Amino acid sequence: MIILKKGHGQLAREVQERSGINFNACLHCRTCTNACPFVAGMDYPPNALLRLVQMGMEQEALESSTIWVCVGCNTCCSFCPMAIDIPAVMDSLREKALAAGVKIAEPDIVSFHDEVLKTIEKYGRTHKLEIMMRYKLKKRDFLSDMGVGLKMLKKRKLDLTPSRIKDQKALKKIFKKNKTKLIGNS
Amino acid sequence: MGKTSYSFFPGCSLKASGHENTQSLLKFCDMVDIELQELSDWNCCGSSSAHSVNHDVARDLPLRNISLVPRGQALLIACPSCLIRLKQSYLKLKSDGDLQKKYEQDWGVPFDPTLEIIHFFELFKRIQLKAYIKDPTTRLKGIKVAPYYGCMLSMPPDLRREPSHYGLMEEALSSLGADVISYGYETQCCGTYLSVAKPKLSERVVTQIISRAMDAGAECLVTACAMCHLNLEIRCALKNPIPAFHFSELLSMALGAENQKKWFPKHIVDPLPLLKQRGLLKS
Repeated sequence: MIILKKGHGQLAREVQERSGINFNACLHCRTCTNACPFVAGMDYPPNALLRLVQMGMEQEALESSTIWVCVGCNTCCSFCPMAIDIPAVMDSLREKALAAGVKIAEPDIVSFHDEVLKTIEKYGRTHKLEIMMRYKLKKRDFLSDMGVGLKMLKKRKLDLTPSRIKDQKALKKIFKKNKTKLIGNS
Repeated sequence: MGKTSYSFFPGCSLKASGHENTQSLLKFCDMVDIELQELSDWNCCGSSSAHSVNHDVARDLPLRNISLVPRGQALLIACPSCLIRLKQSYLKLKSDGDLQKKYEQDWGVPFDPTLEIIHFFELFKRIQLKAYIKDPTTRLKGIKVAPYYGCMLSMPPDLRREPSHYGLMEEALSSLGADVISYGYETQCCGTYLSVAKPKLSERVVTQIISRAMDAGAECLVTACAMCHLNLEIRCALKNPIPAFHFSELLSMALGAENQKKWFPKHIVDPLPLLKQRGLLKS
């Protein structure tokens, strides 16, 4: 018998409540892990991440690269025999990691999300060119992907001016009360 | 016959980056008597970022779009990702009375329990492609295409009862005279934004998808999503990759559209040599 420490189930309960997903139905059959296209970039495969949460290993779960590398392509949960919405669990873990202020394993990905949300807040729509410029600026990296960027500009895949919505009040309504809690928010 | 009209949600990828996808989509719809009216003042669905880091924003962005749809009109979406975001939000709204109250308060319109939100592919159940072409089976001249769905066929569990469009591109393209190639990577995710933040990971999956299609004998890929199309074009590590078309481009061409000149210069991997070689485009 495994004797668990006091408070062990706390993390699982909290994540379950936040995401609305019962991941305790997980059989650890590893179907998600076999299906995941990005498992190579993760420190824990998806099912192991669920296990960390079940075991209350909060720091390992929140500081994992897995929660950031997951793009939510839904491949795992379409194959999952227990129909567990794993990407929704990842969403909750990401938010919890940001709120807890733990060490973020993939700061570039957070920074990307940050820039995307900033353009949505500003224009109501994403503005790829601005996202890329600001992302690169923050990273102080202008050389990598310069060729790709120029090609995209030349082929007009990056509009110079943003497409924006008229109803700015609506944007304020959406973003003001739901202020993003990103780290490194400049 | 009159045109059937739909409210159209382009989404950011089609609006500001995949122009050739939008143009060919509008052309195709026009040719099959479908009128798309762009949803007035629509906003971004939240993309991958909102649900990744802020679920309140992720909930509210799609709801505003839903509130803008004129009553009685179905909402048509061509981007698989936007579709999931809007559909999920709508289903949540449908099942949650408190959220309905908040929605009505926020956006000042009554909740519409009959709103229909459909993907562009759904149209193929509502129109008869063959009714618009005399000699359908000769149109694409046996061009060898590898259909690429990306993650669009993978649905989160709460959307499992929604229609799956598995096999739709295969069926449509072969009925128009293309030689459809099966290669096993049709539903592999393209990596979406990892293309920016983890380009190596993205390159790995994209190169795999394209080389498998080439190994299986494909002359081109055809995509269902503007974002996938972009990733396939910019993240392939092969020296001479095959070109990728938007599904809407091949459809419009098969139906006899003549304004392709505007679409193809926007491709990074030039499809013109292939089209000329196959006699699909006059030089």
